[in-house]
Amino acid sequence: MLRAIFALYRNRSDWFLELFVAHMRLCGISILIAGIIGLVLGILIAEHRRFAPAVIGVCNVVYTIPSISLLGLLIPLLGVGNKPAITALCIYGVMPMVRNTYTGVSTVEPDLIEAALGMGSTDWQVLWRVKLPMAMSVILAGLRSMVVMIIATGGIAAYIGASGLGVAIFRGITMYNTAMTCAGSILIAALALIADLILSRIEKHLKKTRRMK
Amino acid sequence: MTIWPDLACCKMPEPIIRFNDVTKIYPGSPPVLDHLSFTVERGEFLTVIGRSGCGKTTMLKMINGLLLPDSGTVEVEGVNVSGTDLIALRRSIGYVIQNVGLFYHMTVGKNIAYVPSLSRAWDKPTRTRRVAELLDIVGLPRNFADRYPSELSGGQRQRVGIARALALEPAIMLMDEPFGAVDEITRRSLQDELCRLQQTLKVTIIFITHDIREALKLGHRVMVMDAGQVVQLDTPDRICSDPKDHFVRLLLGLD
Repeated sequence: MLRAIFALYRNRSDWFLELFVAHMRLCGISILIAGIIGLVLGILIAEHRRFAPAVIGVCNVVYTIPSISLLGLLIPLLGVGNKPAITALCIYGVMPMVRNTYTGVSTVEPDLIEAALGMGSTDWQVLWRVKLPMAMSVILAGLRSMVVMIIATGGIAAYIGASGLGVAIFRGITMYNTAMTCAGSILIAALALIADLILSRIEKHLKKTRRMK
Repeated sequence: MTIWPDLACCKMPEPIIRFNDVTKIYPGSPPVLDHLSFTVERGEFLTVIGRSGCGKTTMLKMINGLLLPDSGTVEVEGVNVSGTDLIALRRSIGYVIQNVGLFYHMTVGKNIAYVPSLSRAWDKPTRTRRVAELLDIVGLPRNFADRYPSELSGGQRQRVGIARALALEPAIMLMDEPFGAVDEITRRSLQDELCRLQQTLKVTIIFITHDIREALKLGHRVMVMDAGQVVQLDTPDRICSDPKDHFVRLLLGLD
């Protein structure tokens, strides 16, 4: 089996490289969009708490929709291909970002916020200089789980015609070629692991340089 | 055209802080501040003492506009706090709170330079120089600038908190039980240091405490508060020799 997988990698290296790059692009774009939307939304509801239960509630409900059905539901709206795939991945990715950003920003000690305000910080300065840096490790944890999830879920996107390593998986399934399915899966897992490793390094580095708890 | 000199410097010495009949009420409970009136002179060290919930912290937060009165006025340097630029006001007033409130993601140096950084008042060389000077003033070694608050003892953090409040040489410093969380010996040395600082810098200090000994030791005048009102405002000697009522005597441990 292993030999069959490596034979595939060797013989079709161009194709796998192409799929790997496409997968990185698909997920990279989704991570970027979901990250920005999640961060902004999380900050907004942390600053205006009365909206928090509604926004988090909606995110939670959306999160429970099975990915395969969300992809299917998007076809009548956006057709097939990368566009609905990226949309679906973003919808999933927003949830952990919103939740962690909200938790991180809203749990900064009130004493510190008051000190910052009392010394003459504007609301904006309190956010940028105190709240966000202190929430950074929680936000990074959210980013990590979001990235890993998007890279993994990105495999299913091939089902609605998106590019990426899912193409190899689905081709393997339809052609009873288990080696090909495995070959695609292994690369997705490797990509997720590498991304997680890089982010955990960044997290550790931040904690070390800032002597954070 | 005659250019008049700045009028402020020609006027009679006026109180630096004035509370005029200030009331603050939160719905559903008795007033936190109940028609409170008093003044603080320039260069004075005023200690404020009273039970928890007597309104002393509320009073303090009205001086830098973190809270605004429901009725009455608070004037700082002759200007009504309710109608002024609160950000500018707060940057001109030193603020030290109970649990120090040092930002643990910043070095000691960055903490000390926090207020100047808000208005970009210091360039980099000024920052290095002033941080070193301020560390000298509060009696900490200069190499502490690169450390993080988590690496400091409680007393050292308090000193950093004071240095941070002094960064832009404020005329007023507000301190809300700053020495509440340190041990007795450290507290005594911090008190002595603060007295010395106050005398050399001539800064006006409003200092809230729970500890009557601390209030009597540090204050030029002591303000005893209860239920949102001033019970007695007098020199430590007069407070001790002539306590106004049962509450003050209780505080002094006489009854």
